[in-house]
Amino acid sequence: MDSSIYLDNNATTRVDPAVVEAMLPFFTEHFGNASSIHAFGSEVGKALKKARSQVQELLGAEHDSEIIFTSCGTESDSTAILSALKAQPDCNTVITTVVEHPAILNQCEWLEKEGYIVHKLKVDKKGRLDLDEYRSLLHERVALVTAMWANNETGTIFPVIEMAEMAAAKGIMFHTDAVQAVGKIPINLKSSKIDMLSLSGHKLHAPKGIGVLYLRRGCRFRPLLRGGHQERGRRAGTENSASIVGLGKACELAMQHMEEENTTVKRLRDKLEIGLLSQISHCFPTGDVSNRLPNTSNIAFEYIEGEAILLLMNKMGIAGSSGSACTSGSLEPSHVMRAMGIPYTAAHGTIRFSLSRYNTEAEVDRVIATAPPIIAQLRKLSPYWSDNQGLGGPAAKPGAAFTPTYA
Amino acid sequence: MWEYSDKVREHFFNPRNSGPLEEANGIGDVGSIQCGDALRLMLRVEPETEIIQDAHFQTFGCGSAIASSSALTEIVKGMTLDEALKVSNQNIADYLDGLPPEKMHCSVMGREALQAAIANYRGEVWSDDHEEGALICKCFAVDAVMIEDVVKANNLNTVQEVTFYTKAGGGCAACHEGIEEILAKVMSERAGPGEVSPPPACPATPEAPRPPSAKLTLVQKIKKIEEVLDAVRPMLQRDHGDVELADVQGKKIYVHLKGACSGCMMEAATLGGIQQKMIETLGELVQVLPSSHMPVEA
Ligand SMILES: Cc1ncc(COP(=O)(O)O)c(C=O)c1O
Repeated sequence: MDSSIYLDNNATTRVDPAVVEAMLPFFTEHFGNASSIHAFGSEVGKALKKARSQVQELLGAEHDSEIIFTSCGTESDSTAILSALKAQPDCNTVITTVVEHPAILNQCEWLEKEGYIVHKLKVDKKGRLDLDEYRSLLHERVALVTAMWANNETGTIFPVIEMAEMAAAKGIMFHTDAVQAVGKIPINLKSSKIDMLSLSGHKLHAPKGIGVLYLRRGCRFRPLLRGGHQERGRRAGTENSASIVGLGKACELAMQHMEEENTTVKRLRDKLEIGLLSQISHCFPTGDVSNRLPNTSNIAFEYIEGEAILLLMNKMGIAGSSGSACTSGSLEPSHVMRAMGIPYTAAHGTIRFSLSRYNTEAEVDRVIATAPPIIAQLRKLSPYWSDNQGLGGPAAKPGAAFTPTYA
Repeated sequence: MWEYSDKVREHFFNPRNSGPLEEANGIGDVGSIQCGDALRLMLRVEPETEIIQDAHFQTFGCGSAIASSSALTEIVKGMTLDEALKVSNQNIADYLDGLPPEKMHCSVMGREALQAAIANYRGEVWSDDHEEGALICKCFAVDAVMIEDVVKANNLNTVQEVTFYTKAGGGCAACHEGIEEILAKVMSERAGPGEVSPPPACPATPEAPRPPSAKLTLVQKIKKIEEVLDAVRPMLQRDHGDVELADVQGKKIYVHLKGACSGCMMEAATLGGIQQKMIETLGELVQVLPSSHMPVEA
C-alpha cells in the first residue's frame, strides 16, 4: 500500500516511527512493573513520569498528577460521566450535544434508561450550538456538561472554553471529549475552567488502546476501575507502560508540529477542498468551515452514495470515510449530518477527508485529479441523475422522475 | 470495510447493463433516497413469448446495491416473466457468492424491483408492505421490525421464544440485550399504561394450555396441524427450507424438515417454534419431532 494515500486520520493515525522507537525497549529490557521496588521497576517508573509530563505539557495542565492514563478515549469518556454522577448523587441531569461521538451518546442513552435526565443541545445547519439555549439549561440538578471540543466528522469546533466558564459560574462540572482536538489545535487547560478532558493516543500518532483522562485538581472523582493503587488509585490496573511512553513521545512531537498542522496541513486541506468543489457540481462542504480543525474537510456529494464512492476511491489507492448509512451498517446516515439538517439527497454521499502531517502536496494533487471521474461515474448509474446534453444534473424534479412504489 | 465476495466486487467495479434502456416496456422503481438505496429496473419484454430480451438498471446505493442490481439484470435476461417471478432475493445473493447479513436488503430490493417491473409490464398495481428496521441479529440477519412483528403476533415473552420464532439471538448471543429491549417495549404496550412489567429474566415456564372445549377428532386435529405448518412454511422457504407432516402418533407429531432446514444448526430451534405454535393451536401438550425419530416398524 506504499502508493496509497491515507486521508482518514480522524479514524486513526499511523504511529510515528519515533514513537515506535521510544516504545520498543519497554517490550524487552524495560519489561518491569512500575510498582516493583527493584531496578526493573524503577526504570519503568521514571519513564511513566516523563510521559506524564509530556502529556501535561501538550494539554497545558497545571500539575502532572492531573493526567490519568486509561485504555482509550471511550474509557476516559465513560469514566468522566459516571464519576460526575456518582460523586454528586443529588444531581440527576447531564447536558450534552446531539453530535457527540457514540462514546458519549450511547453512554447517555444508557443513563436515560437508568432514569437520569439527558439534555442534548441541538446544532444549526452549520453544526453550531445555541449558547442561549445552553445557558437556560444550566441549573442545580445538572451533574455534568459534556461537549466535544471538535467534531470527528466535520471538524467543527465548539466554544468549550466559554461553555466551561458558563458552567463553572453555576458550579457545574464540565467535561470535554477532546479526542479529535488534542494535537491539532493548541490547548491550555490551566487557564480554562475545564474540569475533565478525554484524549486518545491513536488520533495523534501514538498506538491504539491508550488514552488519558485529564482531571483538574480538586474536581470530585469516583473511579471506574477499583483495585491497585496505580494512577493514585483513580484508575487501577498495571500500567500499559510501552503505550504510555509512546503517547508521551507522540505528545512531544505534536507540540513540535503544532505550527505545521495549522499552516502546512491546513493549506493542503484547503487546496484539496477547493480543488474538488471547483471541479464537481452539486457538492458542498458540511459543518462550520470558518471554525474547524485544520486537517478535516467533509464534503457532501449529492445524488450518490458514500460507500460506493469510498470503494471506487479505495481501488485508486485513496482512503477516506463516509457518513452514509451503508458504511456503518445502520439504516440512517450519520447522526451528525441529520442533526445539521443535511438533506438525505446529500447526507448519504458525505465523504470525510482527514489529513495529517504525513500527507504531501503530490498526494493532494492526485486526489483532485482522481475524484471527479469517480463522482461522475456513480452519478451516471444513479436514477436521480440525468445526463441531459452531456451537462449533467439532478433528474428534472427527482421526485417526479423516480416514482417508487414504496418509499 | 465489508467482507464482499470477489463476485460482488467485480459486479460493482464493472456493472453489467447499467443506464437507461431505450425500448423498455416494464419499469420497476423501488427504494428511496431517504433509505440510502433506490433501484430502477428496466425490462424489454417480447410480448409474444413474454421473454425478457434485455434488462438494464440505474441504482443509487452502496457497493452491494449496485452489484445486486447488476446481478439481477444478468439473471433475468432470457427468462420468461413467469420464470423471473420465481427469482428470490436469495438467488441474487447466491449469484454473487453471498452478501454480508447487513447487506441482504440489497438483494431484497432487487427482487422487489423485478416484481414491480413485471407488474408494470402487465399493467398491474404492485405494492409491498416493505418495511425494515435496524439490524439486531447479525448472525441470522434479523431486523428490529421483524422481531417486533413476530413478538406482537405471537405474544412472545422471552428471548428464547424470539429465537425459536425468528432465529434472532440463536448465534453469538451478542444481540440478546437488543431483543430484551424490544420485548420490554412490546410487553409494556401490551400491558397498557400503569401496569408495566419487565420481561422475566429467565425463560418463563409456558402457561399451561387451556383444555380444549371439546376433544378434536383425528381429522380435525390433522387439519389444524396442517394449518400451523402452512403458517410457518413461508418463513422456512425464505431460508430455502420446507416442512411436511409425516405422521401423528398420539401426542407425537412427526415432520420432515427439508432443504436448508434439515440438519442445520437451527433445526432444534425451528422444531421448538413449530411445537410452541402447535400447543397454542391444538390446546394440548404435543411434541414435534423430526421424522427421523419415528419408531421403525419391527
Ligand atoms: C470524538 C471521539 N471521541 C471518542 C472516540 C473514541 O476513542 P477510542 O477509540 O480511543 O475509544 C473517538 C474515536 O473514534 C472520537 O473521534
